[in-house]
Amino acid sequence: MRHRRIESIVDAVGHTPMVRLRSLERETPEVEIYLKLEYANPGGSVKDRPARQMMLDAIADGRLTKDRVLIDSTSGNTGVAYSLFGAALGYRVQLVMPENVSQARKDITRAFGTELVFSDPMEGSDGAIRHCKALVEAEPSHYFYPDQYSNASNPKAHFLGTGAEILEQVGDRITHFVTGLGTSGTMMGTTRRLKQHSRPITCVAVEPAQPFHGLEGLKHMGSSIVPPIFDPALPDELLPVETEDGWDMSDRLAADEGLHVGHSTGANVFGALTLARRIGRGCVVTLAPDRGDRYFAPLRWEKHYEW
Amino acid sequence: MSITVRIPTPLRTLTEGEDEVSVEGGNVAQVIDALEAAHPGLKDRLVDDKGVRRFVNLYANDEDIRFLDGLETPLADGDTLSIIPAIAGG
Ligand SMILES: Cc1ncc(COP(=O)(O)O)c(C=O)c1O
Repeated sequence: MRHRRIESIVDAVGHTPMVRLRSLERETPEVEIYLKLEYANPGGSVKDRPARQMMLDAIADGRLTKDRVLIDSTSGNTGVAYSLFGAALGYRVQLVMPENVSQARKDITRAFGTELVFSDPMEGSDGAIRHCKALVEAEPSHYFYPDQYSNASNPKAHFLGTGAEILEQVGDRITHFVTGLGTSGTMMGTTRRLKQHSRPITCVAVEPAQPFHGLEGLKHMGSSIVPPIFDPALPDELLPVETEDGWDMSDRLAADEGLHVGHSTGANVFGALTLARRIGRGCVVTLAPDRGDRYFAPLRWEKHYEW
Repeated sequence: MSITVRIPTPLRTLTEGEDEVSVEGGNVAQVIDALEAAHPGLKDRLVDDKGVRRFVNLYANDEDIRFLDGLETPLADGDTLSIIPAIAGG
């Protein structure tokens, strides 16, 4: 699919490759481990799928019109996706992010003409959610607020895309699926699709082991605003991963597999390996939500913090 | 030497919900020890036996202590130490 000619960048989302992680399989010879490279999406992350779906569904039923500004709170990746599709489809985009998101994300989203609003870094992503809601409440007719945490089109994108593609790619072998929880859209939508498959597939949710963690993109549900789209009964298991284990696995994937990935990918793959060791035999699939270059820290002479 | 420490949401369970606490200390390491004495459990979240945990961001006023003197970074009366959380889902 990836070599086809397309009419718009919006059509380039999905159909991402899946790569086998041979260096990890050496530790678990009877288990195949696959990583689906969601960073191959045009905006560089898994969030292209839900952003595209939320926008197209809202355009189709008239919630998103050209006289409204699309606004949402985001840790960055969804914001990059909204910005890209907003530019391609001709809609204005405004994003609320915690002030301390990486400079790369601020620069990328601004490059598409998006306007950024910063929320208090001490309040994290939940602070961005509250700030965004306040802006929308003040001027409801000015905005279209998809609210990725409560929008059914978010998991739907993964039901139609991610889940279906995984079955096309390894439907004959997959026994386990593992992925981390942010909005939980990936876990919810993909799991619902995999559970329809004729053979049973165990679906495991990775979550940061601690409320105060460094796995960007992932949420510790127990200490956060729980997204309305999250159904705690859907995952077969919740697997806690420590930040250090996720970070070390990201480094290992770069060195041993040529995969320079973000820390949530490290956590996902650490979760997949933990599971592979435990089951001893089978086929485990997980996702790489984004690349490592989104997280490069600014060098001393480059940085400029305004808060 | 009273230092104001800004506490992010996920650590406020350890500070009885307070978003700011004041402790005494002449540098970052001393402030972390004083924090631990007042709010047991906090130190472990911030440092391990190798120093500040890799994913933890500590700012002395507006500067990342990685670019200053790390745990030895001096703090003076009225300074602020901020503990900045990572960006969660979405
Ligand atoms: C880097 C990264 N990893 C993981 C996730 C989690 O994905 P989801 O929101 O579908 O749970 C996100 C976004 O939320 C993300 O940006």
